[in-house]
Amino acid sequence: MARAVALLAISVLAAPSLAAEALPQAEQDRLAHFVQQDCGSCHGLKMTGGLGSPITPEALEGHTVDGLTSIILDGIPGTAMPPWRPLLTEIEAQWIAEYLLEISP
Amino acid sequence: MRLMSFLSLLLVLALPATAEVEVHATGDLGVVIERTTGSVLIVDQSDMDVLARVEGFGDLSHASAVFSPDARFAYIFGRDGGLTKLDLVTQTIAGRVIQAGNSIGGAISDDGHLVAVSNYEPGGVRVFDAQTLDLVANFPTQSKTIGLVDAPGGRFVFSMWDTGETWIVDMSDATPDVTKITGMGANPYDALITGDGRRYIVGLFGEDGMSTLDLWSDAPVAQRILPGYGRGEEPLPVYKMPHLEGWALAGDRFALPAVGRHELLWLDAQRLTELGRTKTHGQPVFAVARPDGRHVWVNYAHPHNDTVQVIEAASGEVLHSLKPGPAVLHMEFTARGHQVWVSVRDANRIDIYDTQTFEKIGEIPAETPSGIFFTARAHRIGL
Repeated sequence: MARAVALLAISVLAAPSLAAEALPQAEQDRLAHFVQQDCGSCHGLKMTGGLGSPITPEALEGHTVDGLTSIILDGIPGTAMPPWRPLLTEIEAQWIAEYLLEISP
Repeated sequence: MRLMSFLSLLLVLALPATAEVEVHATGDLGVVIERTTGSVLIVDQSDMDVLARVEGFGDLSHASAVFSPDARFAYIFGRDGGLTKLDLVTQTIAGRVIQAGNSIGGAISDDGHLVAVSNYEPGGVRVFDAQTLDLVANFPTQSKTIGLVDAPGGRFVFSMWDTGETWIVDMSDATPDVTKITGMGANPYDALITGDGRRYIVGLFGEDGMSTLDLWSDAPVAQRILPGYGRGEEPLPVYKMPHLEGWALAGDRFALPAVGRHELLWLDAQRLTELGRTKTHGQPVFAVARPDGRHVWVNYAHPHNDTVQVIEAASGEVLHSLKPGPAVLHMEFTARGHQVWVSVRDANRIDIYDTQTFEKIGEIPAETPSGIFFTARAHRIGL
């Protein structure tokens, strides 16, 4: 229990977070590249938006990791945001959600 | 007299400098967008080489370029609203304005005097003096604005993602004339104009079909084409929007990417009816006809973007498949189509192919390259 609390504290205070810890560095690098380039094709390389909404940490203020993870996995029906579940695991989507909230690529 | 001596002084000062500059005619040059680093390569198509890397273009996500009629200047449209004028002769930036918050592309007028930029934020089109980059006209649309092209007669044509309208703006008089066409369809994502300047084709994301306008008509009306091409099936998730460019006409037919399907659609260019479809490796992004129209080269959306297929227009058969590498983003033919240059983003490379043998004949290094634009576009309607 103490361990879980400690981990939680770390994840709240600073990166690396829980999902980030679970993934090897090479995988995290690959995902960061994916976010910038492939999410970036609609949301902009700097996440400032395009056809898709801006997804900078400021623009995402108020969103939770869980909420974003579910948007990434299942998309937003009626918009151009596709479901990424066929291509990303839940842990990868969670890593991306945390990355978007914490880091400005 | 004072002016004369000033000019002589300028000449004396300028001469030693000009003597050192190597002359490069611009007719076989091009630019390559390096999207992550905000830089642009000036490339020599005949030498298959890089002449210069120019920096300072800002955010080049989804960047594109048009050229001045003399093919000296490239106008680069960046995501951050930056409109940058690049001098291919001096290999320097000749002007730059941040004209909006978020942009998606641009066009140059048929006379070369005006450059128009299509904006997401604030939605609309702004028109600039091509020489000075001073604002000439502003057309707010209350919508993300896409598919901006030039049309003969000093016109620009563009469409609205949110409202499904197409506007034709006639800039040939001092007071611009705007014609608004409604009912183009749900969520137009991109558009093209044919090389003869007659037909404007709009791709729809929110609707199963496409639409078109006859720009030779005095009062163009939206006409549906390829209605229900998805045959009622649930579309696949779209991980990258297709692009429409003025290279879609292949002989007597258009090659058009299907949205949310692994298919290329063939449309009779005269009757505007479907001729058939080709099963493809993935969801097409660009379907680019070789300038002679005999073959169409197609690249694909993530996660199938390591592959390019060459499809024969007459038969619709896949003739050849290439795997240039991870994330093929764009393809550009030389003016007469003997070569095609392919940007391979994640390999940091441009690959050059012979279009007869499909052999790779060269490559040049580039930092996360996306769009490739040869100056031959200067002389084409809609490019």
